Amino acid sequence: MSKFIKEKLFPILTVSVSIILLWYAFSIVLNSKWAYDKAVRADKVLSFKELVLDTWSQKKPKLPTPHQVFKEMNKTIFHKKVTSKRSLVFHAWITLSGTLAGFALGTGLGIALALAIVHNRATDLSVMPWVITSQTIPILALAPMLIVALGGLGFTGLLPKAIISMYLSFFPVVVGMVKGLRSPEILELDQMKTWNASALQILLRLRLPKSIPFLFTSLKLGIAASVVGTIVGELPVGANGGLGSRMLAGSTFGQPIQIWSALFTAAIMTALLILIINLMKAVVFRTMSITEA
Amino acid sequence: MTFFYLAILFWILAWALNIWLSSLSSFGFARTLAPILFGVSIVILWESSVHAFNVSFVILPAPSQVFVTFFTSLNILWIDFVQTFLKGALSGFLIGCSSAILIALLVDRFNFLERGLLPIGNLLSAMPIIGTAPILVAWFGFDWHSKAAVVVAMVFFPMLINTVQGIKLSDRLYQDLMNTYSSSYFQTLIKLRLPAAMPFIFNGLKICSTLSLIGAIVAEFFGSPIKGMGFRISTEAGRFALDMVWAEIIVAAITGTLFYGVIALLEKIITHWHPSQRGRVN
Repeated sequence: MSKFIKEKLFPILTVSVSIILLWYAFSIVLNSKWAYDKAVRADKVLSFKELVLDTWSQKKPKLPTPHQVFKEMNKTIFHKKVTSKRSLVFHAWITLSGTLAGFALGTGLGIALALAIVHNRATDLSVMPWVITSQTIPILALAPMLIVALGGLGFTGLLPKAIISMYLSFFPVVVGMVKGLRSPEILELDQMKTWNASALQILLRLRLPKSIPFLFTSLKLGIAASVVGTIVGELPVGANGGLGSRMLAGSTFGQPIQIWSALFTAAIMTALLILIINLMKAVVFRTMSITEA
Repeated sequence: MTFFYLAILFWILAWALNIWLSSLSSFGFARTLAPILFGVSIVILWESSVHAFNVSFVILPAPSQVFVTFFTSLNILWIDFVQTFLKGALSGFLIGCSSAILIALLVDRFNFLERGLLPIGNLLSAMPIIGTAPILVAWFGFDWHSKAAVVVAMVFFPMLINTVQGIKLSDRLYQDLMNTYSSSYFQTLIKLRLPAAMPFIFNGLKICSTLSLIGAIVAEFFGSPIKGMGFRISTEAGRFALDMVWAEIIVAAITGTLFYGVIALLEKIITHWHPSQRGRVN
């Protein structure tokens, strides 16, 4: 235990604390101009203490301090009705549902593509290069257009966002699953053949179990990409809610604290989602008795 | 409608050809032809379904319309390209990746930093960093500087993690050999560990090439001078001028692919010794 504290906790805490201290220092530097301007207009000379206190408590600071952000988050998460448009829980829920829908679609599409690629040479040759090319295209650029186009078709709300987040999350799954489904060794495949196993049996009893570790790695990458996709998908819609539209509103109306708290909420949400996948992984690994390499 | 059926027929024929190609014993030629055939049949199917089903221009313009717009507005596209890619994405990419490599060297040198900074870096690289775009646009103004800043923030952590991973990787045996030569830290770093880390560094650079374009384009949604790919996409989408939007997407696609391709080419030249580059054994 003491080794854990000394080698893990202590360094992480030191770095985190120094990041927070740096943050406070930067808030003084970045917000000082406004504080000085105010003082000049009021014909006052700021002492250092007054300057610091002012920069840490401005209404529209360039860089809000951590405690300001957490105060805002506390206010908008725990002290607002969840149905209120001012509640971050309300917006986080919209983003979360888009993320999960896109993640589910992306994972499904990814696994289906991987199965097709592994079992069909023609698909491997003709589709795989496009899967890779698809990721060199900055697809997020498509987001506003997709939303306009799908809106024109009558699809609004969840689906357009989910499609963007699907596009971002399917790639890690395809690549990981293709690797995973091909991970059985020749020896193992030959063994299956000597047992006269059909392609389906090989898939179910050898390839799929062997691909599980790869799947979980891909899922972690995929869910993080899904969150990004959904948030960007919410940017053009504006009024329909979600953490992305909250950020855009904060940017349009000059409310930095609001942007930061939406950003932190998104970060906490991503961390929780990754944690859930890690827990699932632990359970699955235990029941299938997979040991981590 | 007949055109549409012909397109379907073409698709089936192309797919049959691909199946035949993939059954050939020599692959070099099939590897290039098969994906091209697949791509061409998709474009033909897209063009014909737009005409066959009278798809509204607002939803999906035909590829032919997009190509016409692409070639008639080359000058606008070029201005946007310079603004977004050359000024925003590329400068951010260079600053972000080089500083990440430098920090990675520090992290490698000081064990304490590795234990403290790396877990945080790992966590942050999974975060939606793109959300800092509105903040950075407010700090650095509407011009390309803020876009470069967003790109730096986005590429830093993936690059850091890949580089540290790579530097750590060099074989114990080789390090011992360097020790018996009594080589200094810097000699080991330059002659053994950096070259050994190159595949990982290039992996990071490839990931970051896409991220940098995305970052620069999305940052423009939060404010931009009246040029830039992101600016053009959001305003033209608002005016339902979807052919222009698709033309920008073509530019983005070509840029992204070329950017990736250049890095892959550099990788091939610099890490020619690595097993993954010595030709695939299939």
